[in-house]
Amino acid sequence: MDFQAIINGILLFVLLLNLFILGTSRLGTCIKMVSLQGALLALLPVLMHGTPYHALILSASALLLKGALIPWLLFRAIREVRIRREITPRIGFIATLLLGALTTAAAFIFSGQLPLLPEHQHSLIIPGSLATLCAGALLLITRSTAITQVLGYLMFENGIFIFGMLFIKAMPLMIEAGVLLDMLVAIFVMGIVMNHINREFSSINTEQLSQLKE
Amino acid sequence: MLLYAIILTPLFFALVAAILPGRRRRPLLVPIAAVTHLGLVFQVLAGSNTQANEFLGLDAVGRLVLLVVSLLYTAMSIYALGYFRQHRNWRNKIFIVCLLIFLGAMSLATMARHLGLLWVAVEATTLVSAPLIYYNRNRFSIEATWKYLILCSIGIALAMLGILFIAYAGLQGTGSGILQFDHMLAVAASYSKPWLRVGFIFLLVGFGTKMGLAPLHSWKPDAYGEAPGLVGGLLSGGLTSIAFLGVLRALQIMGAAGEIDLARQALLVLGVTSLVFAAIFVIRQRDIKRMLAYSSVEHMGLLAIGVSIGGVATFGAMFHLLSNALAKGVLFMAAGNIHRFYGTKRVCEMQGSLSVLPVSSGLFLAGFLAITGSPPFAPFMSEFTMLRGMVAGGHFVLTGAVLVLLAVIFIGMGSTVLPATMGPPLEEPPDAPEYRDSLLTTVSPLVLMAAILCFGIWLPEPLRRLFTDAAALLEVAK
Repeated sequence: MDFQAIINGILLFVLLLNLFILGTSRLGTCIKMVSLQGALLALLPVLMHGTPYHALILSASALLLKGALIPWLLFRAIREVRIRREITPRIGFIATLLLGALTTAAAFIFSGQLPLLPEHQHSLIIPGSLATLCAGALLLITRSTAITQVLGYLMFENGIFIFGMLFIKAMPLMIEAGVLLDMLVAIFVMGIVMNHINREFSSINTEQLSQLKE
Repeated sequence: MLLYAIILTPLFFALVAAILPGRRRRPLLVPIAAVTHLGLVFQVLAGSNTQANEFLGLDAVGRLVLLVVSLLYTAMSIYALGYFRQHRNWRNKIFIVCLLIFLGAMSLATMARHLGLLWVAVEATTLVSAPLIYYNRNRFSIEATWKYLILCSIGIALAMLGILFIAYAGLQGTGSGILQFDHMLAVAASYSKPWLRVGFIFLLVGFGTKMGLAPLHSWKPDAYGEAPGLVGGLLSGGLTSIAFLGVLRALQIMGAAGEIDLARQALLVLGVTSLVFAAIFVIRQRDIKRMLAYSSVEHMGLLAIGVSIGGVATFGAMFHLLSNALAKGVLFMAAGNIHRFYGTKRVCEMQGSLSVLPVSSGLFLAGFLAITGSPPFAPFMSEFTMLRGMVAGGHFVLTGAVLVLLAVIFIGMGSTVLPATMGPPLEEPPDAPEYRDSLLTTVSPLVLMAAILCFGIWLPEPLRRLFTDAAALLEVAK
């Protein structure tokens, strides 16, 4: 079995998911796709580094976290605030989709210019990571619902996770666990704050959060 | 063992606070934890064994930041008792648990000898401080909390990216991407330069967001404005110092890699920008807590400028880290008292507070004089040392510009603080103010103010040595 082909296949699929998420307005679908993306990426440690206990534990905990716990928290959040769709994107869905495609292309061209190690020259890891980072940033900038901003943050984290795959051996397991735990708590706290926003304003549109200014 | 105790003590008390019922007695845990923590910190500073294992250890910079955080936190914890006495019936469990974990996470950050661990600790401080900002539970505080949470989380995510870029620089240069700090300093000279530079910029942007350097400061006025004075003081004196520590770690790596010039230029640009932003926004500021937030942006800028100049200025910056934290503690505690007396933090509704709240307003006035660099207080000495370093380095234009900006900020803050404290008293002061100056709410700022005065006139030898050692770590042998 050629692992490299599977890894590249996963990364290509992740890139397609980026574009799909940017183009869809249904929040439930968005959450599912971001979680699917996270779950797929959770396979990378084992595929890239074999099955030492370190990679196994990382894969398992990332899968549990990104594929199960976080989507559960997010679905609970949108159930309580009764919201199904992104209502007022700052830039239209088609436009963001096009921007997403452009940044993906740019990520590939850019990483072709980067001074990479020979073994990373033809891997999709670095362009895939950059493209996912850009897609996450786009989601953060162009959407105004609190939950989509959290999803943007998660995609951003996914992009970092892909890049981090290059250093599994250098990161002690305890610290990786700390990073994942921090992320889980972040989503948990964001979910609670989102709930309070909804209680206070009867919506989770962050455009209403604009009373504090000079 | 002591190092573990310093991290675990606050966490243990957080656990106790989470389990114990009864909201009346729970606040007592905060000063108990803080005083124990401070005692342990003194014990570590007095001893010589400061390396627990390869991931936990205290170098001079870490010792300094830990001392600053612990001193400020202890002062704040006494004040917190008075604060909770005023809000006897408010739910305080989550607040107190988060307050205690906050201390543990900050201590961990000062000891982290691995960039990944440093990241984990700094992100943890963001997460536990978000509920602290939301304590007043209204629509303003939720807006502030959301902005703080999202902006700082993204900032910290960028810092993580920076860390990974530096790891790639190591992978390319030395064949391994190990992020243990001492190892990195030893091999940094052979890192791949382009990745290292990009990584540094990301780290600077990430920790700079947390520190509140302009133009990455946009969460700061909102968060400091809406958080209780207690939390504002801890954020502006403690958390910003932790974020600054992150920047210093990046600077150390750049120094070891022989790329110090780029790092210093980037810090200088952010520092001067911060001073300019602070000078613009502090003028006509009608809200005393937002004014303090811009003052915090200013002082973060000064710290960045200080370490970017090097030499004597780095020593000044280390001194300023302490004097800024103490002065911010005084100001936020006093501002919190005034805020509670008038029920507002707008200047036009609190004129002449000196006649009704002599102690708190007097402290606010003294804190203002101190933080704007009036002699003989400690910030004057530290700012003067930094300016001396700039002149010695031949940066005359920069020195002039910084002096002008400091003067503008002094006038801007003065035009807000002076009417609020010394102006003609309001004709109708609040009927039944819920707050009176009491021992618990004024003793901490009084002690801090005395310390600021003392350090301005006479700097104890152990402190001077600590500043010198910390500055020496940031210097590069040319």
